Amino acid sequence: MQQNRWARWFAGVAVISLILVGCARSSGTTPSPAASQGGGASAPASASTGPAASEAVAPATCEGAGDKGSVKMMVNEWVGAAANVAVAQCLLQQMGYKVENSTLAEEVAWQGFATGEVDVILENWGHPALEKKYITDEKLAVDDGPMGVQGIIGWYVPKWMVDKYPDITDWNNLNKYADQFKTSESGDKGQFLGASPAFVQYDEALIANLGLNYKVVFSGSEAASITAFQEASKNQTPLIGYFYDPQWLLNEIELVQVKLPPWTEGCDADLKKVACDYPAYTLNKIVRTEWKDAAGDAATFIKNFNWKNADQNSVADAITNKAMKELDAAKVWIDANPQVWQAWMP
Amino acid sequence: MTAISLPARSRLDQRAARRALALLLLAAAAITYVVFRNTWTLPHNDDEPLFRTLNGVRDFVDENRTVLESIRLAIGSIVDGFDFVIASLGWPGIIGVSGALGLLFGGWRVAALTMTGFASLGVLGLWDESMATLGLMLAAVILALAIGIPIGILAGRSKRVSAVLAPILDVMQILPTFAYLTPMTLLFFIGAAPSVVATLIYAIPPAIRITALGIQGVPAASVEAAMSLGSTNRQVLSKVQLPLARRAIGLGINQSIMMALSMVVITAMIGAPGLGRNILSAVQRVDVGVAFDAGLAIVILAIILDRVTYAAGEWLDPRAAIRSQRSARQRLMGRFGVVALVAIGLVAPLAIDATRFPSDIQFSFRGAVNESVSWFTDTFTGVTLAIKNIATNLILNPLESVLTSSPWWLVVAVVAVIAWYLSGRRASIWAGICLTLIVVLGLWEHSMATLANVLVGTALTLIIGVAVGILTARSDNLRAVLRPILDAAQTLPAFVYLIPALALFQPTRFTAVVAAVIYAVPPVIRLVDAGIRSVPATVVEAATMSGATERQLLWKVRLPLSLRALLLAANQGIVLVLAMVVIGGLVGAGALGYDVITGLAQGKDFGKGLAAGAAIVLLGIMLDRITQGAGTRRRTTIAKAG
Repeated sequence: MQQNRWARWFAGVAVISLILVGCARSSGTTPSPAASQGGGASAPASASTGPAASEAVAPATCEGAGDKGSVKMMVNEWVGAAANVAVAQCLLQQMGYKVENSTLAEEVAWQGFATGEVDVILENWGHPALEKKYITDEKLAVDDGPMGVQGIIGWYVPKWMVDKYPDITDWNNLNKYADQFKTSESGDKGQFLGASPAFVQYDEALIANLGLNYKVVFSGSEAASITAFQEASKNQTPLIGYFYDPQWLLNEIELVQVKLPPWTEGCDADLKKVACDYPAYTLNKIVRTEWKDAAGDAATFIKNFNWKNADQNSVADAITNKAMKELDAAKVWIDANPQVWQAWMP
Repeated sequence: MTAISLPARSRLDQRAARRALALLLLAAAAITYVVFRNTWTLPHNDDEPLFRTLNGVRDFVDENRTVLESIRLAIGSIVDGFDFVIASLGWPGIIGVSGALGLLFGGWRVAALTMTGFASLGVLGLWDESMATLGLMLAAVILALAIGIPIGILAGRSKRVSAVLAPILDVMQILPTFAYLTPMTLLFFIGAAPSVVATLIYAIPPAIRITALGIQGVPAASVEAAMSLGSTNRQVLSKVQLPLARRAIGLGINQSIMMALSMVVITAMIGAPGLGRNILSAVQRVDVGVAFDAGLAIVILAIILDRVTYAAGEWLDPRAAIRSQRSARQRLMGRFGVVALVAIGLVAPLAIDATRFPSDIQFSFRGAVNESVSWFTDTFTGVTLAIKNIATNLILNPLESVLTSSPWWLVVAVVAVIAWYLSGRRASIWAGICLTLIVVLGLWEHSMATLANVLVGTALTLIIGVAVGILTARSDNLRAVLRPILDAAQTLPAFVYLIPALALFQPTRFTAVVAAVIYAVPPVIRLVDAGIRSVPATVVEAATMSGATERQLLWKVRLPLSLRALLLAANQGIVLVLAMVVIGGLVGAGALGYDVITGLAQGKDFGKGLAAGAAIVLLGIMLDRITQGAGTRRRTTIAKAG
C-alpha cells in the first residue's frame, strides 16, 4: 500500500517533468550562456566613450562562458590589488575563463601554490624567503615578470606638519616630536600608525634599532590608515605612519615621506637588526607552475599583464570613492583604455 | 529552636569569616603591589624561545604531510561534492528543493519562508557566496553529526563516557573561535579543508550533548519494558531509545548548524570561500554597507536553516504524528506540492540560465547604509572620540597598567584568591594553573592587556544587559520589539560587529571592547529577562502586600531571587566578550588577538600566533571556571539555606 502510493507519486513527477521539458524545448528558449557574451561584442559597447577603432570595442559585460578553464586569483588586502584583479578577472571572463578570487594575507597566499588554492598573485611585494621556498626550492611557483607598477613603502606625515616643522622629514629629529604623536593607545611614547599586520613591514624593529621613542599601533587595515591620514590632513592633527605608493589617496592629499637611513643591498637581510629604509619594489607576478603549464591563453594573458601606477589608481579610486563594484570599475577602465589591455591578449 | 538556628548561625559566621579573610588578603595584595611594583614583570618579547620552537614544529609538520594531506584532500572532496550538488541544482533547483523540504517538514509557511529567503540571497547579489558558505557548512555539519551522534549515543548510554566527555565539551564550547585558526593552518594549510575542520570542532559539542540528553531522557520504564520482553541491547537502542530520542537529535542538528554557520564565516580568515570573504574585505575597507548586505545574507541563511531543521525535528518525532491533525486531503495536497516544487526546480534549468542568478533584479543596501553611517560618524565623531578617550584613559589604561606592572606571581595569587572566594577551591586551582601556563607560554603582558579589555567589556556588558533585561522583564511590549533584534544579533557572526564599532571609534582597544559589548549583550538581556520573569508571582504578590515599593521589589525580591540567572549571564557574558575582544585584534585592539593575526599572516610569527591561541584558551577556561563556579556555589548555598 505504502509502496504503491510512492510509486504513483514517482510516476507523477516523471510525467510533469516530461511535460515541462517538452514545453521548454518547443519554445526554443534554451540559450547557452555563451550567447550573451558573443553577441555583446558587436553593438552595444560602442555607446561608451571608446576612443579607439572598432576592433578595440570591448564586450558589454564582464561575463563569459566560463568553460575554458579556471583561474584562481589572490586579492591582496589593499584596494590597488583589488583593482589589478578586477581588470584581469573581467578580461579573463570575457575570454571564457572561470575566475575565482580569494582574499588572503600576503604570506599565507603563497601556501595556495602548494594546495592549488591560488594560481596567480598579480602584485607581489618582495618576500625573498617565500620566493626561495616556493620558486627556487620546491618549484611550485614561478616569477612571471613585473606587473608594471612601482611600489614604495615608507614613513609618511601629512603635508601641514612639514610646513610647520620642516626638519621632521629627517628621522634623526623624530624623537623631538614624539610627544606630539602621543595617543590613548601609545602610553608615554609617540604613536606610529602601522597598517595591517599582514603587510610587508619592519617598523617595530626599525624603531627599536634607530632608538626612536615611538610605539607601533596597528590600524588593522588600509582603509583605517587612509581615514587616519585624511583626518590628520583635514584637521591638522599630528600623525606619522606606514604608507605606500601606489595608493589613490596620494592623488587626493599630500603626504610627505620621512627620510630613513637609505636602503643598501642586504641591509634588510636580518629583520631583527634592520636599520634602513624599505627598498623600492618592482612589483611582480607570481603564478603556480602547474597552472601555468596547463592554462594556455590565460597563462599568456597573465604573463603579458602590465599596467602603470596611474591605471591602478584610477580603478582603485572608482572602487573606493565612487562606490562601484570591482568589476564595474574595471569595465570603465577597460572601455577607456583598449590600447593598454589589447597588448595583453594572446 | 536552638537546634535549628545553630547551624544557620555557624554558616553565617563562616561566610563572614570568609569575606573578612578575602578582604584581608586583598589588602595584603594592595600593599605588596605598592612595594613590588614594576619588579617581576614579564615584558613582551617577540622572540621567545618557545615561539621559535613552535616555528620548528611547523617546519617539521611541513616536511611530514602524508597523512594530513590525505585528510585534507578527503575533506576537500566532500566539500567539492556538496558544491557540485549545489551547482548542478542551480538557483531554481535550490529554491525548489528547499521549498519542498520546508513544505514536507513544516507546511506552506515554512516553504514560503525558505523560498523567499533563498530568492532574496540572489536579489542581494550574493547567491554564489551564500552557496559557497552553505556548501562548506553542510560538509562540516554532516561530519560533525557523523562523529557527534554516535558519541552522543555512547554518552547517553554510559555514565562513565559522559563523565569523561563533560569537561572536554565544556572546554570546546568556551574556546574562542579565533584560537582555532592557527592550528588549522598548521595542519591543513588554507582553504576549504581547514575551514571545515575548525567548523566541525565548533559544531560538535551541541550534537553530542543534545543526543546524549535525548537518550537519557527516554523513560526508564520504556527501556525496561523492552528488556523484559527479551530485546537485545542493540534492539533497545534501535527500536526504543533512538526513535524516542529523535526529536532531541533533530534539535541537536539544529544547534550544530547554527554554530557551524557562525564559525564558517570567520574561517574566511584562513581562506575559506563564501560570505565571510565579503565581511573580511568590508573590515579591510571599513565598508559598513558591504558588511550589512553580507550580514543580512547570513541572517537569512540562519533563519532558513533554523526553521527548516526545527520543523524537521518536529516531523521526525513519532509522537508528533499522533498529535498532527492534518486530514488526508491536506496531506495529499502537501505531497503534491513537494513533488511539484522539486520538479519545477529541476526542470527550470532547461528554460532559463540556472547557473547565474539573474542580475537585473538585484538590490543592495550598501549605498544607503554607507550614507547614513558617514552622516552619523561625521556628526558624532567628536562625541564618540571623547567617549573613547575618557574610557581609555580613566578605566582601560589604569587597569592595564596595574595588571602589567604587578609582579606576575601577585596577579596569579590575587586571581586565585578571587576564584577561591567566588567559586571555591577547585576554581582557584584552575585559575592558578591557567595563569601559570600563560607565564610559561611567554605571553604574560599581552594576556594581561587582553584581560583588561575583557574585564572592562564584561562590566559594560553586564551593566547594559542587566538594565535592559530588567526593563524587558517588566514590559511585554518592549520584549516583543526587542526579540527579533536580539535574534538577528545572536545569529550574526562576531566580526560583523567590528565594522560599525570601527567606523565610530577608529582602530583602538576601545573599539574591540565596544564590539564585544554589542556581541555579548543580547544573550545577557535574555538570561536576565528570563531570570526575573521566573520569580514566582506569589512571592512578588506577598512582597507587594507587605508594602514593598517598586524599587524595593526589584532590589530585595526580583534580583536576589534571580541571582542564579544573573550569574549565568555573567558567565556567558565574560566568555563571549573574550571571544570578541580577541577578534578585535583586527581593528587595533592589539594584544593576544593581534598576535593570532600576525601569526596567521607572517611566517616568522607563526609560533607566537600558535602560543597566543593557547593563551586565549587558557584565559577562557580561567574566566569560565571562576564565574561558572560562582553560579553553582551560590546555588548550593541558596538551596541549603532554603
